[in-house]
Amino acid sequence: MSELHDVAFTLNGKPVSARVEARLHLADFLRHTLGLTGTHIGCEHGVCGACNIMIEGRSVRSCLMLAVQADGSNIETIEGLTERNAIADLQREFVARNALQCGYCTPGVLATAAELLARCKPSRAEIREALSGNFCRCTGYQAIVDAIEAVAQLPPDRGT
Amino acid sequence: MTDSQSIIGRRMPRPEAVRLAAGRGRYTDDIDVAKLAHIAFLRSPYPHARIGAIDSTAARAAQGVIAVVTGDDLAAICKPWQTHLALLPGHKSPPQHPLARHEACWQGEAVVAVVADTRANAEDALELVEVAWTELPAIATPEAAASHNAPVANSAMSSNLGLEHSVSVGDPDGAFRDAAVIVEHDFSFGRQTGVTLEPRTILAEFDRRLQHLTVHHSHQVPNQMREIFAAQLRLPLANVRVIAPDVGGAFGMKLSAYPDEMAVAALAVLIGRPVKFCADRLESFVSDNHAREAKVRGRLAVDSDGILMAMEVDVVSGFGAYTAYPRGSAGEAMQAVHMSAAPYRLQNFRGHAQGFFQNKSPSGILRAVGQPIACTVTEQLLDLAARKLNIDPAEIRRRNYVDATKSAKRSVGGSLLNQLSLNRCHASLLKLMDYDRLRQQQTELRSRKIYRGIGLAAFIEQTAVGPALYGPQQVRVSADEACRITLSPDGGIRCATSITDQGQGTPTALIQIVAQEIGIEPGGVEIVSGDTDRTPFGGGAWASRGAALGGEAALRASRRLKQNILKIASTLLQSEASALRIESGAIVNAAGLEQMKLADVAAAALYRSHQIPLDELPALDIIESFAPRDIPHITANGIQGAHVEVDPELGTIRVLDFWIAEDCGRIINPLLVDEQIRGGVVQGIGAALYEECIYGHDAQLENGSLVDYLVPMAGEMPDIRIAHIETPTKATTLGARGVGEAGTVGAAAAIWTAVNDAISPLGTTVTSQPFTPEHVLDRIAAKK
Repeated sequence: MSELHDVAFTLNGKPVSARVEARLHLADFLRHTLGLTGTHIGCEHGVCGACNIMIEGRSVRSCLMLAVQADGSNIETIEGLTERNAIADLQREFVARNALQCGYCTPGVLATAAELLARCKPSRAEIREALSGNFCRCTGYQAIVDAIEAVAQLPPDRGT
Repeated sequence: MTDSQSIIGRRMPRPEAVRLAAGRGRYTDDIDVAKLAHIAFLRSPYPHARIGAIDSTAARAAQGVIAVVTGDDLAAICKPWQTHLALLPGHKSPPQHPLARHEACWQGEAVVAVVADTRANAEDALELVEVAWTELPAIATPEAAASHNAPVANSAMSSNLGLEHSVSVGDPDGAFRDAAVIVEHDFSFGRQTGVTLEPRTILAEFDRRLQHLTVHHSHQVPNQMREIFAAQLRLPLANVRVIAPDVGGAFGMKLSAYPDEMAVAALAVLIGRPVKFCADRLESFVSDNHAREAKVRGRLAVDSDGILMAMEVDVVSGFGAYTAYPRGSAGEAMQAVHMSAAPYRLQNFRGHAQGFFQNKSPSGILRAVGQPIACTVTEQLLDLAARKLNIDPAEIRRRNYVDATKSAKRSVGGSLLNQLSLNRCHASLLKLMDYDRLRQQQTELRSRKIYRGIGLAAFIEQTAVGPALYGPQQVRVSADEACRITLSPDGGIRCATSITDQGQGTPTALIQIVAQEIGIEPGGVEIVSGDTDRTPFGGGAWASRGAALGGEAALRASRRLKQNILKIASTLLQSEASALRIESGAIVNAAGLEQMKLADVAAAALYRSHQIPLDELPALDIIESFAPRDIPHITANGIQGAHVEVDPELGTIRVLDFWIAEDCGRIINPLLVDEQIRGGVVQGIGAALYEECIYGHDAQLENGSLVDYLVPMAGEMPDIRIAHIETPTKATTLGARGVGEAGTVGAAAAIWTAVNDAISPLGTTVTSQPFTPEHVLDRIAAKK
């Protein structure tokens, strides 16, 4: 048992405050304390990207961050991004191209893609490079690259 | 109005993908129930050790701890199990327990379970458990296991040998004597593991009053597991329900009964509280089944035209500490031998397989089982022969393809071949690759010391395996797939299938089949799967059977239901059934005019049946099951091509392009098929270039994390171009052959032949998979 700390942050547009164990990582806090199970845990050592969420608009590994470190930040999970239609174009293209099989990596992949598309209009090679921190065992990646590329090609006011 | 002819074959997105892409998947670890307790396992830190006294006094007193349980505690309520394969009686390891008793036989074997209110508290308490270990000699490699006077991997065994199998066909000695050219090659295949992104997870609840066990299980075969849980825990079958919710990848790795998962079910019974276990990634590496570890020596004899005369393979396989339950661990080596040269005409063959127990994680099924090994050995030997005879690699294949287009044949290893399209796939692939131009470019680049290689791998994929595989082994594995199809009160169709889904998208294929066969919109079909209480009995997901067998059962059930619907409708409409058809959920007459909705037929039959003037009401709830009973399996075929560049200074390999031309029979949904192929190819590329469970000579796993065990990532993978040849199988009405393993069967072989083609000017070959830069440089240096 480690010591308890107060933590308060904005989660999917709403304030959250809790008292958490110092050792609790953010992914476990989101999943098991708050019940936001759309964030998945694949390795808990920062390689697979299944737990990627958005913090201050950047894609972040929630397994490599302690819940206490989230204090004061603005966090969005797949649930929040979906709710405010922030990644609707991406989700539509992923579904249309079957860019997911088991779907376990998908929320993390979408966080990576959302950050990438907010930053630039990436080429295929840049999409593959950006995805190098997201492990997908099922698809072979090509349909994921296709889907992100399709959104990147949308007119600027349409892209997510 | 829907053109009912076009639903099958449509690129229809999966309805469940919308939910999954919104983060609304419901995997086993997402499920919470009241009073849920969490389990952490103390796993053996030693590859082989005697388990002495276990002191759990301090752990029991730790915060949140509910129980600390050993193998002896669980032995009282859970019977041990032992894999028996009737045709391979030597493939036997000692009885296994949910938690090891007396002796741990691999690093990672579960020994003590701590149950606590949270996983963190359970893990804290684990550190307080004291075990008196006595290290025993550990066996790492099959070679060590085979050596004279080797210690045994388990002290209850008299020998480490777990498989000894030979086959001889024709006159191999004579053919080798008469051959124009003989080539030989050594192959080493690294141990791999499934690395499903969702780890193995299980939640078990036991109702003591009803003596009823409910298990949510990230697994491929709930019916198999239901029977195993019932048998080992001495419960009536009727008292066990197994549910496989969303499953985050499986690839054969989630086909076995794992001891730690048996322990979870047993703990639910023992302590009477719901319990959950979710493997973390580090324990996945030391407790998931491994696969592929093998050393192979292959020889091939050809005549002066490159026609195959004889082949010889000697396979030594590493099983790990125990046989996988209930399917065993012999499949890899058996398939590696028996699928040799399967796409080619060959009369003379000798194969020998041995398998040894070792103090490593048990091995089991991984996508394509042994077929990638057979394909690699065959294709690499063919290339060596072609090089000696100065025949183009594509040409030597073309000269040797077996002709099984019209009539069924057996490969030299006994595999059934039927309705093959190897020549058509071959032509299609060469065109897709622009093969001649690639060869020209290769020659030009070689003059500038750029080493590019072009690799080919023709393959046969055994799909839709029937009861002839496990039946004769007396293993209780269902090969039948069933579909229960029902007209719902609202005119929709409910399809309950024995097929399970771990991302393949089979439910969508079933929707398309049912919608087309009945004549309704796809949105009107509901699929139920992955729950032993709600679906008919059957196999689940293994050996590329979802669309081929589950689809056939759905087609047959749909046709019968449609007849019955039309019979009722014709009575209600006072018309001939033959004059009516169903289109877009409505009964239409010969003129195409809508007469009534399916919902009207349902309402009449379900609520006002007294008004239907038929002596017997035709059933609106139909069950059909299907398995190939007169053939062992269906066969798919194809050929893959890889284009790679090797840097001889760095030893690195870049995959530039990848192509595949394949024939999986009738394509239900190209979106799903292409995904199966690409995902399978990438797993094969991973095998050839990156993936290996690296063990030290002391049998300790040295790279059990995702940092150190390399998997294919997006940056290194090429786009994969696919061409389809569609030859519907005559084994079913539907015509789908199956496609789940095609990519994996041949991809590693295409990388082997491409890399060795690239470095052929340097006079050397790679021999050991995965081809690390170190291995490439060693092989180049050895030649200098």
